[in-house]
Amino acid sequence: MWRGRLTLILLLECCFCLGAWLMPRHRARHNANEPTQSTLASSLGEGRKMIADYFAVQADVYFHSGYYPSVFEEARAQEEQESDISHPENGKEKKETGFMGPPQDWIDRFSRHFRPSRHTHLEGNAVDEMLPWLKLSAELDPQRVQSYMVTDYWLRALGKSTEAEDFVRLGLRANPRSPDLLFALGQIYFEDRQDYFRAKNLFIAAKKAWHKRDDSKPAISKNGEETKDYLLLERTLGSLIKLEETTGHPEEAVRYLQELKPDAADPEGVQKRIDELQAKIKGQSGVTR
Amino acid sequence: MSKIFAVSAVVIKELYRRKDFYVLFILTALITLATWLMNFFHDDHVVRFIKEICLGLIWIATLVIAVTTAARQIPAERESRTIFPLLAKPIARWQVLIGKFLGCWLATGFALLVFYVFFALVSASREHTLHGPAYLQAFWLHWQMLGIIVAMTLLGSVVLTPAANMTVIFIVTLGILSMGGFLHLVSQHMTEPSATIVTVIYYVIPHFELFNISELIIHDWPVAGWLDVLGLTGYGLFYSAFFLLAACLVFRRKALN
Repeated sequence: MWRGRLTLILLLECCFCLGAWLMPRHRARHNANEPTQSTLASSLGEGRKMIADYFAVQADVYFHSGYYPSVFEEARAQEEQESDISHPENGKEKKETGFMGPPQDWIDRFSRHFRPSRHTHLEGNAVDEMLPWLKLSAELDPQRVQSYMVTDYWLRALGKSTEAEDFVRLGLRANPRSPDLLFALGQIYFEDRQDYFRAKNLFIAAKKAWHKRDDSKPAISKNGEETKDYLLLERTLGSLIKLEETTGHPEEAVRYLQELKPDAADPEGVQKRIDELQAKIKGQSGVTR
Repeated sequence: MSKIFAVSAVVIKELYRRKDFYVLFILTALITLATWLMNFFHDDHVVRFIKEICLGLIWIATLVIAVTTAARQIPAERESRTIFPLLAKPIARWQVLIGKFLGCWLATGFALLVFYVFFALVSASREHTLHGPAYLQAFWLHWQMLGIIVAMTLLGSVVLTPAANMTVIFIVTLGILSMGGFLHLVSQHMTEPSATIVTVIYYVIPHFELFNISELIIHDWPVAGWLDVLGLTGYGLFYSAFFLLAACLVFRRKALN
């Protein structure tokens, strides 16, 4: 009787000791592999990235109010070529068939009565319907910078600057040197808070991070490798130029314009802007004399 | 007809005595309420996400209820040997089968109604409006689809073992729901004779995806035309009758011992 009880207590102690020894190791290994603290992400393991992509697509499905091609409807690419997704039907101007095309048989024709068959976009405050999917997508794959960027855009469009800042900062915690997220945070400080000092620091940090990330990448992809994100650089420098102009530093703005010119999509336009600003600076110095 | 109703009444009683429905309903309610309580950027207006989760759970739960209820009707009667005293009474085998079908369909319909009332309450709590006609359409079409599945399962139950039957029905149903509407597109990229076979399958299978108007409900699209709903009801009843007739023909000659 006593022997049995003592054995039971001994086994319980062994379990406790082993548990106390194993748990910190398991947690350390777990955190090393998976920096996210999300229960959902932890429970899904490596498959979470795939599901994160699916959730991001779901957000896009919601943006189009369910009017979205399935994997079987290969005409998605065709629809993109026709710019169907970016330019929805405007009233009576255009009769849209979209990715569906003309019905192929009676079942296909009949089925269109029971699913969204017209292309629309969410408008106004209704865009908040996409946000749960984007939040879940970011939670499942914190390294997916695109989720933070899209969410930041829509949150700011909804006037939720504080929420946008919190979310971008969350993204920066998972991707500390992301030029996209630094730029996004800079935009919040510049446009929403008018905190020019912090905004400038963030844009400069974004610029540095861009060079660190993209300088080694090719300008044009030869075999499908990732290319330089010139658009982001242009946007970052563009914001810096605007900021310097706003704060009354046209010389600094010219310096950033000159930095932008070699990589700009429209170098002539940039040169024109440089000339304008330099004329303005000369005019100002003439007035001062 | 009274004999059919008597058999169906027993099936309905069986459903509310069993725990499956309650467990599935509580699970659906808990997950939906957990989703309802989730905080997405301090936004109280998010409703489509909740509707999608709730409807998804309703589809899964009711499919499980329909298949598991229908699949064990005849095998359970045979295993417990209650089929013999039942058939000893002045009742034909086809009447037993139709009674079982009616009972399963009505019981599933009752369960479905409870689920949809819950769904309507959840969405109304956020939207502050009740899309009655849309929910009625969704419920009605969903119920018609479950009728086909119940009939299919009853046919399977007189041919296969319960486990095999349930597995086959789940696979077929989920397969049709996810791919059924796209088989004609798939066949276009196939070579002969596969293309013809897939095209024939496309025209022969009951298109369950037609009965799913969740997308319209979630994204607040206008309701489908009532004439279309009537047509789809006829389509559903036709398939239910077909599977039921096939089940009656097989069951008529089936050795019960």
